[in-house]
Amino acid sequence: MSVDRTDPVIGRRPGGLLAGALDSGALYNGAPDVGVLGGGTLDSGVADSVGAAEPVLEIRDLSLEFPVFGGAVRALGGVSLRVMPGEIVGVVGESGSGKSVTAMAALRLLPPGGYRVTGGGLRLCGEDVLAASEARMRQWRGRRAAMIFQEPMTALNPTRRIGDQLTGVLRAHHRLGRREALERAGALLRDMMIPDPARTLRAYPFELSGGMRQRVMAAMAFSCDPALLIADEPTTALDVTVQRQVLQLLRHRARERGTAILFITHDMAVVSQFCDRVYVMYAGTVVEQGPTGRVLDAPRHPYTRGLLDGLPERAAPGADLAAIPGRVPDMRRPPAGCVFFDRCAFADEACRQRPALRSLADAESGAGPGIASERRAACWHPLAPELAAQPEEDA
Amino acid sequence: MMTPAGTAAPGARPMPGAGAAWAGAGAPGAPVLEVQDVHVRFPLARDWRGRPVVHAHALNGVSLQVRRGEAFGIVGESGCGKSTLAAVLMGLLRPTEGGLRRPPRADGRPADVQIVFQDPQSSLDPRLPAWRVIVEPLVAAGGLKAVGSRGRDGAARRVRPGKAALRARADALARQVGLRPEQLDRYVHEFSGGQRQRIAIARALAPDPDVIVLDEPTSALDVSVQAQILNLLRELRRAHGLTYVLISHNVSVVRHLCDRVAVMYLGQVVEQGPAAQVLESPRHPYTRELLDAVPRLDRPWPEDAPATPAELPGNTVLPQGCFFRGRCPWATTGCDRPQMLLARPDAPLHAYRCHVAGTR
Repeated sequence: MSVDRTDPVIGRRPGGLLAGALDSGALYNGAPDVGVLGGGTLDSGVADSVGAAEPVLEIRDLSLEFPVFGGAVRALGGVSLRVMPGEIVGVVGESGSGKSVTAMAALRLLPPGGYRVTGGGLRLCGEDVLAASEARMRQWRGRRAAMIFQEPMTALNPTRRIGDQLTGVLRAHHRLGRREALERAGALLRDMMIPDPARTLRAYPFELSGGMRQRVMAAMAFSCDPALLIADEPTTALDVTVQRQVLQLLRHRARERGTAILFITHDMAVVSQFCDRVYVMYAGTVVEQGPTGRVLDAPRHPYTRGLLDGLPERAAPGADLAAIPGRVPDMRRPPAGCVFFDRCAFADEACRQRPALRSLADAESGAGPGIASERRAACWHPLAPELAAQPEEDA
Repeated sequence: MMTPAGTAAPGARPMPGAGAAWAGAGAPGAPVLEVQDVHVRFPLARDWRGRPVVHAHALNGVSLQVRRGEAFGIVGESGCGKSTLAAVLMGLLRPTEGGLRRPPRADGRPADVQIVFQDPQSSLDPRLPAWRVIVEPLVAAGGLKAVGSRGRDGAARRVRPGKAALRARADALARQVGLRPEQLDRYVHEFSGGQRQRIAIARALAPDPDVIVLDEPTSALDVSVQAQILNLLRELRRAHGLTYVLISHNVSVVRHLCDRVAVMYLGQVVEQGPAAQVLESPRHPYTRELLDAVPRLDRPWPEDAPATPAELPGNTVLPQGCFFRGRCPWATTGCDRPQMLLARPDAPLHAYRCHVAGTR
């Protein structure tokens, strides 16, 4: 196996396409202001330095279906998504929108034989995931891209101590002695602000609180210094105060190490506070994408607008919420035209054709055609920016 | 001496209405459900003679009053005791100390409380068709109230209705919650999450309850479905003058639906008052911390180094004095004494359990 080609110092990736970019630029460490959302910094700073770099994850027009009795459920219908090094990218959507399938597909974690890729492809750090051998995938998982799941209790082995599980990951990817591995594990826990690492290493998962478990998961995910961290609803089961702490830790650590995060969630508010860019998914397709601030301030796709208007914090107390009528289409018989057709107030004849995810001439975006500022919507009648702009309620 | 919540101290007024008489229990604004200094302890470990030695202190002196026609919100993080309180309000759990009072209705029976749980998948019987699920409480309570007919003791007589009458009642309830009656022959698993929650609401409405406890009614739902259910709840309340107790960790849902709100921490109410006042100008440091952590649109978190995470303290050994003292940024002298839930003269409806907050 070629696993052990690596040098023992954790924190330096083996030579490769990405290593150069990260080591030389140290993207986020170098640029002091990066990450200030909505400002010009993100667009100018990142777009320029990243423009030439290779995406850590590139999903191109991926279609995927799950065979069921007498047919198939279309889970993804041509999803394109890109995560650049060091970026925090949100994927937001409701249940059944395909956001988790996208995340699982990126690491090829879907049950083998249980799904069919019907088109498109995806590349992790420039290499094809769909064509890679299983041995290769095992190497990539954890090292190139790590994953955090919603429920840490099911992701951790309940019968083994935290220390065993953490050192297990470390020693699978690096040539480390037991003691060295344990030291590294302790340091990783300390980085996640776990107060008494030695005690936590001896603990079983059930002895820890939910927030602690999720921080242990994060420590494990960062243990091999991945280029990409995929976080699938990592804080949905947590309380808001703990959620905020865990997310701030994740972001702090990711910025420090130049790790990109693909953040899967259903919570628009969390996206707006945490992510640089966002993809809005509906019924297995990306309906809108762009920098978080702009997408949420002035949504151009009617679905995004509907999602935002349905939030109780958007309505005056006592007023009716603007609910989206109807329900998601049955993906055993996916609609031929626009996936939002039957629920959309603006639908007309043109919408019987499927709209492509087209670039929008976003007047206020200002910045050039950099990836970070790219604004797209899959709609024949995108809402006008001035119409889409939300009235400022709490200004 | 530990003073129970709600007792007055010099210079401060007790919560208004706390000792109000039960007269006029049927009128809007009259108390319909009240808990007085409720404590609930669960034994965790026992010694060799079976006597409990370690307790989980789930509720530590909660007093509150739900008035007819209002929507009362209970907010707090997991482990703060809000679901235990729901069980007490439902009469499912006997408090270790303190009591639950339900003023009698016109027919002499105590106020009827129904509940809608978070997860309709697990709270509705999978083996019954939806219409039977909806009328189940009627069958369990011993039939429908017979209108106009009274028994020898003067109480409304309850008759066991036939299948047709029950089905008719289920159809009427289904229409109220936005389901089509012809869907009701299906089983619960054939409905979507939002429709299942509608069934749960119809079931709670079936016995014509005085109070409906909503325990995280939309937490398992998607945003667009949540909006539909919240609209339905508001509309039902308007149409039928229902009384809600909404238990949620989602502050914006509570803000949207509720008139009054209580914030809980470690089995105590730390702040209580009109929803707008409590959630828009919170006084207690815990309420402030909680509201500050709620994700908001259009307001990115600052990128500075994260704060050291704090954990909810365990409830087997209760802290001395103010329960929030260990995490409180304002902790000072005097916080080692138990704090009382007090309203200040400038805002008599808004009470909080902090002696510092009043001076800031």
